[in-house]
Amino acid sequence: MTTVVVGAGHAGLAASHFLTGRSIEHVVLERGEVANSWRRERWDSLRLLTPNWLSRLPGHHYSGPDPDGYMTSGEVAEFIEHFAGVTRAPVRTGTAVTAIRRAGTGYHVVTSGGELSCRSVVLATGACNVPVVPAFAAAVPAGVRQLTPFGYRGPEDLGEGGVLVVGASATGVQIAAELRRSGRPVILSVGEHVRMPRLHRDRDVLWWMDASGVWDQRYDEVDDLTRARRLPSPQLAGTPERATLDLNALTGLGVELVGRLAAVRDDVLLFSGGLRNVCSLADLKMRRLLAGFDEWAGLRPEAELPPTRVPPAARLRLDLGRGEIATIVWATGFRPDYSWLDVPVVDEKGRLRHEGGVVDSPGLYALGLPLLRRRRSTFLSGIEDDAREVIGHLAAAPAVRG
Amino acid sequence: MATIDNGVNVQALLEAREALKGAPEAAQFTWRASSKWQKGAHSTTSIEKFFGLGQEQTHKSESVFAADHPEIFAAEDNGITPIEYLLVGLASCLTAGVASVAQNRGIQLRSVESTVEGGHDIRGILGADSDVRNGFNDIKVTFKIDADASAEEIEALVAQSQKRSAVYDALTNPTSVTVEVA
Repeated sequence: MTTVVVGAGHAGLAASHFLTGRSIEHVVLERGEVANSWRRERWDSLRLLTPNWLSRLPGHHYSGPDPDGYMTSGEVAEFIEHFAGVTRAPVRTGTAVTAIRRAGTGYHVVTSGGELSCRSVVLATGACNVPVVPAFAAAVPAGVRQLTPFGYRGPEDLGEGGVLVVGASATGVQIAAELRRSGRPVILSVGEHVRMPRLHRDRDVLWWMDASGVWDQRYDEVDDLTRARRLPSPQLAGTPERATLDLNALTGLGVELVGRLAAVRDDVLLFSGGLRNVCSLADLKMRRLLAGFDEWAGLRPEAELPPTRVPPAARLRLDLGRGEIATIVWATGFRPDYSWLDVPVVDEKGRLRHEGGVVDSPGLYALGLPLLRRRRSTFLSGIEDDAREVIGHLAAAPAVRG
Repeated sequence: MATIDNGVNVQALLEAREALKGAPEAAQFTWRASSKWQKGAHSTTSIEKFFGLGQEQTHKSESVFAADHPEIFAAEDNGITPIEYLLVGLASCLTAGVASVAQNRGIQLRSVESTVEGGHDIRGILGADSDVRNGFNDIKVTFKIDADASAEEIEALVAQSQKRSAVYDALTNPTSVTVEVA
């Protein structure tokens, strides 16, 4: 085998598309089914953050009746599966990769269905394999149920009682809104976050990202790449109403805002007193982003969005012994899992060492990671250019064809 | 354009940041203060040495701080109250942050003034009401900044300064404190 692609999500299939285009023999190994995480690791109501017209794969566009809508997870899975069919990707489903080792000038791949040797490997296993939960979650008393987004399907799975959602990225704000609408008291713990309106001047905010060139900024042009790659997902939701889901919207729903969860001490949660500043930072960055769009479009600034309404006395402590909170949802981010990768290319923080998808080991590549080669990389439509360029590098590398 | 100079060597700070990324052990500092009771609520605390960059360090000179309670607390007022030192720490930390961030962003400062107010219900420390905490209820900092920058840029300076402030973090987040008798 020349090339092994690990993972049959949008990234692995895009890699396969360009490998096929260059007649490079390859196989796509998939632990479950095509688009597995979209089928099994998403809550029921989740929709893609990008509008349908912007959800593109190489040579593959949305052609349905609702270009401004947002696909459900099931529709994303179908979209990706359709792409796999059209491109005739050589996918081996139900084949989990359990180890990859350097062997001679290539790699040795151990799977649940046998072993393979290859010249090159494309890691396309995604950035969100494992929910990250802070260590102090272990100090939460047993009477409080704890969930991550992987275990959460919808409000009906939760018992009665109040919910604390920790984290205010897209995941946290969406889950907080849905739980509040189900009638439960909801507290949202807010750290640094990215505020965005769904629409700016009647167009999707991601239309502006795409059209104005923000998404085209390359990884080697970004000031602080490590930070940019770790940025929480923007406070967006893909709803048919195209409604904004920022903290003001949540306050309007009756969600109570508190600061970043800083510690658990004797069954008491302690929140940071810095809520006001994380909101100011997010407001300032959002205004700068929107002003940049207006400047690009040659438009005079219009009325600014109101600043985030911060409760005058957000509470700093919450006693879990009092029964106010029955469930904690940890929307505190995700990390990739490379525990099966026996090649020393992962840094002390668990991140893959790579330059625009070219991993720090000859013949090893990555696709489908945030800001891999440009800001667009984080989104579905970023995969086409990334995969073309990364597979171009793979094809040009010495002796790739054996 | 004239060179921006707020008296901050940003280059050195950026170089330190890069160097310490690969040397986390050198980034471990220990700040130290030594305190001595005088009489009543009056104590003096001196600061001279600290540990950092892998070795003992010394300030250019020793600083001595007197703390006491005011006369309305039936004390002699030989110095500011201990909780006021927190205001000194917060104001000076945020101000240093404003200067550094401004230098890094190419903003010339002409003046930076701030007032810090800490709301304190002293029934807590007096034990008069067990529902009242001992520390501040809230702290309000008001900056007055004259600089070659828009109102929004100045707002961003102050926000970024909070984001990178040691004292702001120490006051807004819990810290584990151990007190022992040697």
